[in-house]
Amino acid sequence: MSDPTERVAGRAPLDTATPEVVEPGVAAMLGRQLDYWWTVFRRTWKGSVVSYFLQPWLYIAAMGLLLGGYIDDASSGVGGAPTYLDFIAPGLLAATAMQVATGEVMWPVMGALKWDKTYYGMIATPLRVVDIVAGHLAFAMFRVASAAVVFVLALAVIGIFSSPLGLLASLGSALLVGLAFATPVYAFSAGARSEQGFALIYRLGVMPMFLFSGAFFPVSNLSEPLEWMARLTPLWHGVELCRMGSLETWDSTAVVHVTYLLVLAALGCWFAVRRLRSRLVV
Amino acid sequence: MAVSGTTLARSGAAAERRHGGPPALLHRNFTVFKRGWVFFLTGFLEPVLYLFSIGVGVGALVGGFTLHGQEVDYTDFVAPAMLATAAMNGAVMDSTYNVFFKLRFQKTYDAVLATPMGPRDVAAGEVGWAVLRGGVYSAGFLLVMLAMGLVSSWWGLLALPAAVLVGFAFAGAGMALTTFMKSWQHFEYIQLALIPMFLFSATFFPVTTYDGALRWVVEATPLYRGVVLVRELCTGLVTVESAVSVVYLLLMGAAGTMLAARRLGRLLLT
Amino acid sequence: MVVARGLRKSFGSFEAVRGIDVEVRRGEAFGFLGPNGAGKSSTMRMVAAVSPPSGGELRVLDLDPAQHGSAIRGRLGVCPQEDTLDTELTVRENLLIYGRYFGIPRREVARRADELLGFFQLGEKRDAKVEDLSGGMKRRLTIARSLINDPELLLLDEPTTGLDPQARHLLWDKLFRLKQQGVTLVLTTHYMDEAEQLCDRLVVMDGGLIVAEGSPLQLIREHATREVAELRFPVGEHTALADRVADLAERVEVLPDRLLLYTHDGEEALARVHERGLAPVAVLSRRATLEDVFLRLTGRTLVD
Repeated sequence: MSDPTERVAGRAPLDTATPEVVEPGVAAMLGRQLDYWWTVFRRTWKGSVVSYFLQPWLYIAAMGLLLGGYIDDASSGVGGAPTYLDFIAPGLLAATAMQVATGEVMWPVMGALKWDKTYYGMIATPLRVVDIVAGHLAFAMFRVASAAVVFVLALAVIGIFSSPLGLLASLGSALLVGLAFATPVYAFSAGARSEQGFALIYRLGVMPMFLFSGAFFPVSNLSEPLEWMARLTPLWHGVELCRMGSLETWDSTAVVHVTYLLVLAALGCWFAVRRLRSRLVV
Repeated sequence: MAVSGTTLARSGAAAERRHGGPPALLHRNFTVFKRGWVFFLTGFLEPVLYLFSIGVGVGALVGGFTLHGQEVDYTDFVAPAMLATAAMNGAVMDSTYNVFFKLRFQKTYDAVLATPMGPRDVAAGEVGWAVLRGGVYSAGFLLVMLAMGLVSSWWGLLALPAAVLVGFAFAGAGMALTTFMKSWQHFEYIQLALIPMFLFSATFFPVTTYDGALRWVVEATPLYRGVVLVRELCTGLVTVESAVSVVYLLLMGAAGTMLAARRLGRLLLT
Repeated sequence: MVVARGLRKSFGSFEAVRGIDVEVRRGEAFGFLGPNGAGKSSTMRMVAAVSPPSGGELRVLDLDPAQHGSAIRGRLGVCPQEDTLDTELTVRENLLIYGRYFGIPRREVARRADELLGFFQLGEKRDAKVEDLSGGMKRRLTIARSLINDPELLLLDEPTTGLDPQARHLLWDKLFRLKQQGVTLVLTTHYMDEAEQLCDRLVVMDGGLIVAEGSPLQLIREHATREVAELRFPVGEHTALADRVADLAERVEVLPDRLLLYTHDGEEALARVHERGLAPVAVLSRRATLEDVFLRLTGRTLVD
């Protein structure tokens, strides 16, 4: 930043009477990126059909229906849900939101910085760092939303939700989970120099959460220290929220879950902009 | 000068002793791999985590199954399936994604084939590497199973070679398929095959869950053959199903490797 | 258009730009000339409002980049050293999408895109993927893209590095036409011929400082003589022979492969050399070029 005390001696400072410049807001700048993200969508949507739309269904069929049959024979009700299918469906919804969100802000961000350098092209235009972050996150959330909507509608067909309100609550919760994962992972990717860290995020973060944060079995079945660790993960809060929606068992703890996820999303946003700025504007 | 026919192949085998042959490629892969030991370690984690989550966590909800007339704990039931799945996943990763990258982008094989090595060396080397890596993972997983008391028979000693065999079958087939792939999009099809196999090949529940034709389909999948073999060995309840599996997997691996060698010759030496 | 006073840029303890004064006027072509690592690109990035200055003052289009970066970038065209084209899009799509970032309506972007594709002789390739273009075509597309917002100021960072001679000449022709249309050009280069062809005025940078400034002709007049006589002797004899011809020129430069005699009359100097009974392997009398200025000012050490 220019320091006024450093002015070259003996010369009048440069004119600092700044003319009126009105910069467009982030929303307007998002509009300008629409064409770009639309072409990205057109060229990538086919590649994600299996992992975004089909995979959750295969889990529902194998675990929820087939394995669930044996579980329902052995016990009556799992973790407050009448059947194992009722238990696992909202869990898989939250987990899908997490996986889609993280996938969209790992390799694609690395590509835009390192391989294709599209971010460098963008920052040479009126777009600001915050606009670029907002554009990419908006696209990631669009992917999360499309995967979640398809999933939720299909769950509705097999009778997971008892009311439209429950469906909407679950869907909203899934979007919140997506946001709470997308922003911090974006922050990580924006500063990452190599893609090797992604494999670690996936193996040490995403996958253990997928398996142990209450999506497949109640966390109370874990030993005490592990149970507490599971309760600290963002996915557990998301799973609980989605389940409250589908089982319609709302209580005041929902506030805790929502706050936790919102705070995480906000912190992630802040770090994301900060880390991308220090990468692009040097 | 694609090498085809047994005579030429045999004279090629003699020449292999003079140059590096498949071990040279193994050495190259190991050199690259040494730099990524963290990934090696965390790759081993995946099946273990599944074992604890589904095997133990969900297992507490299920109880157990009856296998060949004997009551088996759910954890004992799932653990061998995870072993077979881990062998499959490791082998497929190495023989598809990594091979595709080297084949189409990094042009590793073009460089390799500029030396006295031939396409057969490349195919055997890559399959060998996938099997080796799968074998190390499997051995580690088997140790975890032993520590948890999930191996209840001396037959269990054979579970390691069985897992290696599963790896061989999938590495051969995976590599052969990779030679036909044109873009990364085609890998969606591999996922499309792997995920259903993982979920439905009697890994998490007995094959008796299915009726009629569906059961025949499941029993014909390679992962099911691997799961049955490893499960029968680990539990000691060995039947003729295991023998069928061994033959099936051997044929699959050998055919895949041979096809891969032939295709590589056609792709690279023209 | 651009005014810098005492402009500095440091990365940690490394000072890339160590206080430079520059003024670029409307309609001119201004060059930053210098070896690699001289601080040219750092300066360009500051002018492009994507790199905050570490010290001094900078005004671009009468605005302060620190405050109005986005507004400045909206009126600039930037052609970076490394192509940042989207390789998975077609040639035309690259222009359309980029134009949208400036908030230009779709219909207008489409019109300009077609116009630019024509101007840069890329019309036939409009639906080709960027991957399939040659290096020269990619460069032309990058420049076309930087013009999509009809900029007042065009920044070109080493526009022809890595291109073959045909592609370079085509590009120079295009840049020259832009200049005639009134676009202000600021470019960096380490090619002397490029600077001489394109620049009205230029500064020579070395080690983060400006070491000379003026029009190409002025610089030659100031830092070299009108003509240069080159003498080539067998390898290893140059240093010894330099003394014997020292009085024939204003200055004698010893290169590993030849001697340079800076003089007002090259032919005359060569004739005197022969009179002294010296028999060079090869001789050449030529006009002094920016290269002579450049070598004199930035030294002979290879900087890479």
